Amino acid sequence: MKHIKTLTTRDYKESMKKGGCGECQTSCQSACKTSCTVGNQSCENTK
Amino acid sequence: MIHQYKNNGYNIVLDVESGSVHVVDDAAYDAIACIVENKLEKADKENALPVLRDSLDLNKYEISEDELFELAGEIYELRDSGQLFTEDIYEKSIDTFKNRQTVVKALCLHIAHDCNLKCQYCFAGEGEYHGRRALMSFEVGKKALDFLVANSGSRVNLEVDFFGGEPLMNWQVVKDLVSYGRSLEKTHNKKFRFTLTTNGVLLNDEILEFVNREMANLVLSIDGRKEVHDGMRPMAGGQGSYDLILPKLIKAAESRNQTNYYVRGTFTRYNKDFAADILHLADLGFKQISVEPVVAPKDEPYALREEDIPELLEEYDKLAAEIIKRHKEGKDFNFFHFMIDLEGGPCVYKRLSGCGSGTEYLAVTPWGDFYPCHQFVGNEDFLMGNVDEGIVRTDIRDEFKECNVYSKEKCRKCFAKFYCSGGCAANSYNFHGNIHDAYDIGCELQKKRIECAIMLKNALNE
Repeated sequence: MKHIKTLTTRDYKESMKKGGCGECQTSCQSACKTSCTVGNQSCENTK
Repeated sequence: MIHQYKNNGYNIVLDVESGSVHVVDDAAYDAIACIVENKLEKADKENALPVLRDSLDLNKYEISEDELFELAGEIYELRDSGQLFTEDIYEKSIDTFKNRQTVVKALCLHIAHDCNLKCQYCFAGEGEYHGRRALMSFEVGKKALDFLVANSGSRVNLEVDFFGGEPLMNWQVVKDLVSYGRSLEKTHNKKFRFTLTTNGVLLNDEILEFVNREMANLVLSIDGRKEVHDGMRPMAGGQGSYDLILPKLIKAAESRNQTNYYVRGTFTRYNKDFAADILHLADLGFKQISVEPVVAPKDEPYALREEDIPELLEEYDKLAAEIIKRHKEGKDFNFFHFMIDLEGGPCVYKRLSGCGSGTEYLAVTPWGDFYPCHQFVGNEDFLMGNVDEGIVRTDIRDEFKECNVYSKEKCRKCFAKFYCSGGCAANSYNFHGNIHDAYDIGCELQKKRIECAIMLKNALNE
């Protein structure tokens, strides 16, 4: 495309199909402890 | 929902419900805004063209009418491939989601309600969580790990954070619990991921050797510049702790090959120029850095105020620009809140449900009581049960289970909802008295961090 560059992202809709396994990390276990950040976490199924 | 913003010279368009990110030129940026404004999301390029032609000044973008038509084609092509103007299909399935079976997969063990520092902003009230000084016994910790294994269903990976107060003040119990946890792994088909959060005061070679062998993550508390750190994190006698801990922290980070750890700081109203603290930590050689806004009662002098927001947002922009500059010089470091996994990030279920406090994640006090998370410890209204009886107050668990981005009015219309997943329940409770709201200052900062993180994703890959 000439005007638009699309970054590669995970399609949320697609992620519904195989999602919800629950193997991912809980958000507060990394470094925050006072806020909730989920977008920076990785999916255990796409590693 | 579309969210558009300009940051550091980039025009960015987020298609919130699909998670798509588009970096666009000025003409596309304004054309997309025009389509949204005129509710033409479901139209086609032929219908949209006259409106675009009337609304946009083509000379400004130096494009012809044919090129505008071509641009409209690009926009609607993205719509047709599910990457633009995507509708929200998740809210419909929220009831199924709320009724899901949850398992416990993480515990925050309060190994010591005691601390050897007297940090002014400590939400744990200098380690005691506004209660009594206490150390967790091995017996209590053991029961907590047994509870975790028994309530984790088929989940393999279990997380345990040794937290405090200062966990190194009860180090033998930490070591004993790690080896007890390991003894459970094979027989129960589980894998423990241990984290230690420490202020570094008692860190030594023996501890470090154990930590590096057993702990998946190490969180080391330091706020940044010496004067900033010492101002908020004094020893019991009032003297600063920076000089004592810094060499230990540097050694710890190096011994972990600058990975699988974080130096973790807090910024307050006293250092609104916190980017300087982050860069100070980077200059010291730390590669994994997390510095977060303080969460404090409004009347504290160090608490962030609404009027501080513009200055704080600017600071994040300044930091993002510096990260790009340093990247070009080969001096990269990770800032936790700018890290975002666009390609392999969490599934939409995780994004809807948040951190899992009160359901998948529990905090355990030194005497074995369960709370929804470390920030609720000490508030008896949230006492859920204990290591002997398990979860007694299932109503508290169920209320946390109900918590999702759609249960919060403020989140429903927010572009950041699938990145922060509705924010921190404890922050919401502390500022609004219930867990279905949001801490407004925190939201403003969070939104800026997400914008910067996405901009950086593009900028650092160019």
